Amino acid sequence: MSEFVLLFRSTPEGRRAAMGTPERAQQSLQTWLAWIRRLEAQGHLKSRGQPLDPAGKVVRKGTVTDGPYAESKDLVLGVLVVDARDLDEAARLAADCPIAEQGGSVEVRPVGSIAT
Amino acid sequence: MEIEDHLFRREAGHLVAALTRIFGLGNLTLAEDVVQDAFCRALEVWPIRGVPDNPAAWLMATARHRAIDVIRRERTARTFAPDVVRVLEHGGTLDPVIDEAFAGAAIRDEQLRMMFSCCHPRLAEDAQIALVLNVLCGFGASEIAAAFLVGRAAMEKRIARGKHALASEGRLFDLADADFTTRLASVRRALYLLFSEGYHGASGETTVRADLCADALRLARLLGEYPPAATPETDALVALMCLHAARLPARVDEAGDLQTLIEHDRSRWDRALVEEGLARLERSAAGSHVTAWHLEAAIAAAHAAARSAAATDWMLIVSLYDRLFAITPSPVVALNRAIAIGQRDGPERGLEALDAIADRARIEHYPFYPAARGEMALRAGDRRAAYAHFSAALALARNGAERQFLARRVAASRSNHKEQS
Repeated sequence: MSEFVLLFRSTPEGRRAAMGTPERAQQSLQTWLAWIRRLEAQGHLKSRGQPLDPAGKVVRKGTVTDGPYAESKDLVLGVLVVDARDLDEAARLAADCPIAEQGGSVEVRPVGSIAT
Repeated sequence: MEIEDHLFRREAGHLVAALTRIFGLGNLTLAEDVVQDAFCRALEVWPIRGVPDNPAAWLMATARHRAIDVIRRERTARTFAPDVVRVLEHGGTLDPVIDEAFAGAAIRDEQLRMMFSCCHPRLAEDAQIALVLNVLCGFGASEIAAAFLVGRAAMEKRIARGKHALASEGRLFDLADADFTTRLASVRRALYLLFSEGYHGASGETTVRADLCADALRLARLLGEYPPAATPETDALVALMCLHAARLPARVDEAGDLQTLIEHDRSRWDRALVEEGLARLERSAAGSHVTAWHLEAAIAAAHAAARSAAATDWMLIVSLYDRLFAITPSPVVALNRAIAIGQRDGPERGLEALDAIADRARIEHYPFYPAARGEMALRAGDRRAAYAHFSAALALARNGAERQFLARRVAASRSNHKEQS
């Protein structure tokens, strides 16, 4: 088994659509919970990651701006780590992530191995 | 930990009402943004940390925290409620003011005040209902539009205009106001219309319609818990909602087909709601006059008392419809009265009563008017006429469930009238 980081991205529009109405927000939440529970039940969930507070700063050479909301059309919503046999299996796990229904994407990245 | 159905929708109503008390009615949109933020946080945190033991309390704590941030950030840009302004001007901590707004009893009062605010006489009834659903019940414009078969853009406009009117009031309605009694009548009327839309409305979304009924009942009960609003008329309204809502589980059978009251599997009626309705109806008799709601509730109670359609006291029901028609002479009441007469005296008498409806032109597009003629013709053995009436009704069907129901009736009368010829 190897570790893969799933990086969740969305747009402000996608996020708003997922929130839509309170009923819609609850449905979105429930699909997320079900998806994560499924990963866990199948033994793929390595780390639930950390919730990211939306308020933050973006630092560049010489400038610090409030963000990422102020400027980004591509928001990182969070990360989690899964165990999978290979990149293909990790991608399959990500395929039914509810974020796809909410206008977002999942980036699947193998955790780099350091030769010992 | 599972999340209760409609938790967010219900909490949206609680939180917006509480936040509006802190922010002032003029900052309603800000209150809604704070609630939206709290839901966003839940969406980000719960999948990772798990659903909290008390999800409603978590949402409230998050909204409370956010409210304090917002007040600090916007203190110069906005005017908040007088209690908050006092703290901001004289120093001190905001916590007690905010705790007070989020306390259990306060949330009930704030919801009541919001309900009275939404039913402002300057607003048309349909706008009042849309506001109640949006602000107090957490329905989005698109959901309300679907339930009322109105375009989404038109509903958004209706809600926006209503909110504009609310915001110009500046503060929530004061329950000690001299206008209380008049406003109470508007609130009850709006809740009645809201319930009726859920119960009789044209939308095919049966789950949404059941939600409308449940929310109307919840808010009507809230009125009943507040002594100055708990008049016999309020009791009659709650009674009629309970007794009708009790039948909702039997309106569609296991195959998903619409059932008429006559066909209901009465074992599926909600007994607890029937009991609550009967107790309320008894209390409603304390008043000095009988309203249309008393009579509607009494009719529903007569149905609830019968084990089957055949065992129903149709004599009593016809006499209640006679009294109801004297107060509310609408063609729909006359239609139901005629159906009851058909049950009491046979289909020929029922058809005569249908023919006697003075302004029946007003219900000619209501599919259950020709359907009632079809039922009576069928019972009288005139299948050819039944086929014609049910076909006419089918052409008027407003949604899939009605179409399916009436198509079955057409098919039944057609196969029969073929046998006949």
